[in-house]
Amino acid sequence: MSTELKPDFCQTGNLTAGNRLQSIDVVSVQSTEDRANALTSGHRACQGCGEALGARMAIDKVMELSKNKVHVVNATGCLEVFTTPFPETSWNVPWLHSLFGNAPAVATGVQAALKAKGMEDVTVIAQGGDGSTVDIGFGCLSGMFERNDDVLYICYDNEAYMNTGVQRSGATPPTARTATTPLSGPHPGNNFGQGKNVPKIAMAHGIAYVATATIANVRDLEAKVAKAMSMKGARYLHIHVPCPLGWGSLPKDTIKLARLAVESGLYPLFEGEHGEITGVTKIRKKVPVDEYLKLQRRFVHLFKKGADTEDLAGVQAIADAHIKYYGLLDDGEK
Amino acid sequence: MAFTLPYAITLEVGSSLENKTGDWRTERPVYLDRLPPCNIECPAGENIQAWLGLTQEGKYQEAWEEILDNNPLPSVHGRVCYHPCEDGCNRKQMENPVSIHAIERFLGDQALKNNWVVSKQADTGKHVLVVGAGPGGLSAAYHLCKMGHKVTVVESKAAPGGMMRYGIPEYRLPRDILDAEVKRIEDMGVTFKYNTRIDNLAATMKADGYDAAFLAVGAHLARKLEMPSDDSVNITDAVTYLNDIEANDSKPQLGKKVAVYGGGNTAIDVARSALRLGAEEVTVIYRGPQDKMPAHLFEIEEALEEGIKIAALRTITEYKGGNIIVEVNEMDADQRPQATGKTETIAADAVVYALGQLVDSSLLSDCDGIVENDNVIEVGQQMMTGMDGVFAGGDMIPSARTVTTAVGHGKKAARYITAYLKGETYTPAEKHETASFDKLNTWYYEEENMRQQPVLDLDKRKSTFGEVLGDLDEANAKYEAIRCMSCGNCFECDNCYTVCPDNAIIKLGRGNRFQINYDYCKGCGMCVEECPCGSMLMEPEEL
Repeated sequence: MSTELKPDFCQTGNLTAGNRLQSIDVVSVQSTEDRANALTSGHRACQGCGEALGARMAIDKVMELSKNKVHVVNATGCLEVFTTPFPETSWNVPWLHSLFGNAPAVATGVQAALKAKGMEDVTVIAQGGDGSTVDIGFGCLSGMFERNDDVLYICYDNEAYMNTGVQRSGATPPTARTATTPLSGPHPGNNFGQGKNVPKIAMAHGIAYVATATIANVRDLEAKVAKAMSMKGARYLHIHVPCPLGWGSLPKDTIKLARLAVESGLYPLFEGEHGEITGVTKIRKKVPVDEYLKLQRRFVHLFKKGADTEDLAGVQAIADAHIKYYGLLDDGEK
Repeated sequence: MAFTLPYAITLEVGSSLENKTGDWRTERPVYLDRLPPCNIECPAGENIQAWLGLTQEGKYQEAWEEILDNNPLPSVHGRVCYHPCEDGCNRKQMENPVSIHAIERFLGDQALKNNWVVSKQADTGKHVLVVGAGPGGLSAAYHLCKMGHKVTVVESKAAPGGMMRYGIPEYRLPRDILDAEVKRIEDMGVTFKYNTRIDNLAATMKADGYDAAFLAVGAHLARKLEMPSDDSVNITDAVTYLNDIEANDSKPQLGKKVAVYGGGNTAIDVARSALRLGAEEVTVIYRGPQDKMPAHLFEIEEALEEGIKIAALRTITEYKGGNIIVEVNEMDADQRPQATGKTETIAADAVVYALGQLVDSSLLSDCDGIVENDNVIEVGQQMMTGMDGVFAGGDMIPSARTVTTAVGHGKKAARYITAYLKGETYTPAEKHETASFDKLNTWYYEEENMRQQPVLDLDKRKSTFGEVLGDLDEANAKYEAIRCMSCGNCFECDNCYTVCPDNAIIKLGRGNRFQINYDYCKGCGMCVEECPCGSMLMEPEEL
C-alpha cells in the first residue's frame, strides 16, 4: 500500500481548471480571480462561442506572463467582428485591426516599430480565425515565419468562414456540410484529400515553436502559451474552437466537442520546436469519431439511413492515422 | 456615449460592457445543492460529504465536530458500522467507493488522542431519563445533554455499550475505544447508573421527577428452538455466549467442535469468537444458500479466511450421539429452500443458536397506552410511544437493528423530546433532491482505487481477539477523503468560472463559491454541462 500523496492532489487531478485544494501556483490563470479578462463581457459572440473562450484563455495567459505589456493585431473574422462592433470594443488590451489577409504583416510592422522605439519588452500577438490564417492571410503568415519575426501568431480554428455564413475554408474537415460544400452527389459535404494542415506547414518553416491546443484543456493550453512566450522569433499556436452556429451543435456542448475532438484522435495535441515534434498530449479515454460527429448537424448525413459508410470510415481513418503518427495512445493501448 | 468618437480610429477599452447580453437568454443557470447518496444512506443522518470535505483540507477537528453534530461515536462507527453510505457512494460506479468508514475511524481516533470535546447549550432545567446504555441510549443521552437537559442513563448491565459490548466481539471493536467514547459523554455531564434495572417505568418517572424518558433497552432475549435431543450436544444461544465472553472472567468453553445455527452477522460473530477461544472446528449451519446469508459478505469472507466452515442449505433436525443430524435442502423454483428428506451428520460438542433476538418489555408492564406489536414497541411520527412523554428507539422499535440505526434514533428522539419539553413539534427540514450518478460529469474525476486498511496476521486472528482491521494513516485517510466527488455540492473546481465565454461568472474567492452575473450570461449552459459534481441547473427564463 502506497502512502505517496501527489503534491496538490485533488479529486479531479489537473482535469478541472482549478481547485480549492490546490495551491495557487499550479492552477490555471483562468481559474483565478485576478485573470485579466482581456476579452470582457458584452461581446456579441453567439451563445457557447468557443472562439471567444479560446481568445480569452490565450490572451489572459499572455497578459499574466508579459505583465500586461501586449499588443494584439487581429485579422478580419468572427473574433474581430463580434468584439468590436462600432462604437464598442470588448478588448482590454491594445488591439489593432487592419485587413483580412495582412495580420501577420501588420504584426511584423508593430514589432519593428516597438523595436525602433526601444520597447522590446512588449509582446506582439497576431491572431485570426482559420479563414484568415489558412487561406487569405497565408502568404503573409508564411512570410512572417520565414523572416522569423518576433511574433506569436494564434489561430482560432472553427473550421469554416463562420462570420460570413459558414463557407468552406482550407481547415474544413472532409464530409462537413458548409454553405459551399452542400449535401449533394455520392459523397456529400466537403471533399477528402483537400485542405491544409497549417501546424505542420508552420513546422516545415523550422520556426522556434509550434503547438496545437484546445479549450477543453485549459492547463495544457496555458502551458503552451507559456512555452511560446519563453522563446523569441516566430511562434505559432493553433487552438481548436467549436462553433455552435456553424457546426450545428448545442451551445452547451462546446467544451464537450473540443474534448471529443481530442479524445477521438481527430484533433491531435502536440508541440514542436524548430521543425521537430517534441511532445504530445496523450488521449485519456479514446472514443470512436461517431461520438464527436453525432453531436454536430454538419455531419448529420453520415448517420442517415442509406448513408455511405465509406465516408464515416474515412473520417475514422484520419483519426487512426493521427493516433499512429503522433503516438497519441499509451503503449499497449489500442 | 461613444458616438462622438471618430469612426474606426479609437474605441474605449472594454466599452462593450454597455451591451447587456443577458437579454439574449431563454434559460438561466443556477447553483443548487443536491443531497449526496452517502448522506441519504446514513442511518445516523451524518453529513458525510461535509466532513470528507473538511478532511480533504486537513481540518480534522472541524471534520470531527461535523460528525459529532449527528453521531457521538465516530471511532466506534468507523469500526462497526456496516457503512451503507459506501453502498450508495457514486464512486462505486467508477472504480470503488470512498472508504468512508476508515476515514471516520481516523477522525474519531484523532479526537480520542487529542481529547477533543464539544460544547453544549445552556441548562434547560429539564431532566430526561434514558433507559439502556446501548447505542440508542448513548446517542439520545449525548444529544439531550448537548441541548442543555439534565440526563440520567439507567443500565441493567455492569458497563455501557449494550450490544456494542455484549454482542460485538472485541476483534471488531476494542473495548478501550468504546470506553473512551462513552467517557466523553459522561464527561459532558450525563449521569450513568449501572447494574440498575427499572421494573416499573411509570412509577420511576414519577418518583424521580423525570420530565420525559427515552427507552432503548434493545433486544437481548435469544430466540429459542425445540429439537429432539439425547443431550449429547450442548445447546446455548448467541446472546448468552457473547455476553459470557464479555462479562465473565473465565471465558466460556464450548468444546473442540462447535456449530452455529443461523446465517446473520451474529452467527458469524459467534463462530469467529469460538475459534478464537480454542475450538478446532467451527461450522455455521444455515438453511438457505450461502449467497443468501443475511451476514455481510466481508464478514463471511473474513470468517472463511480464518477457517470457519459453512454448511449452507442444511436444517437441524435432531441431536444424537454427539452429532447434529441435518436435513439437506434444495432451492425450489421460487428460490426458497425446501427439505429433500436426505440427512447428514455433523459431529459437534456444542451448538449455538443465532436465530435472532427478542425484546424484553417487562419494564413497561404498568405503563398505560404503550402498544407492543409482534414483540416490538409501536412509536408515532415523533418517536413517542402511546404514553405521554415516553419515547423509544433502537432494536426495541421496528428497525434495521444496527448500531448506526439506533444512534440515528437517539438523535431524532432527542430533537423530538426537546420540542416536546418546550410544548412544540419538531419538523425535520425538507431534503434536497438526490445527487444521483447521472448528475455528474465524470470526465473530470481521476480514477483512483480505494486505499485498503491493513489486516491482522491470520495466525493472530485465529488465536486472539486482536483487532482484525487496522488504521489508515493520515496520508491515506486524507487521500481517501480526496477521492470524494462532492456529488451535488460545489467544491470550487473553478470550471464554471473558466468555461464561461461571456465572463458572466464571478468568483467570490476560495470558500465562497461563485455567483452568476445575469447582465451578461447568454444562457449557453456550458457551465452546467461542465460542472463535475452536478451542483448547477438550467432553468427556463421568465419571458
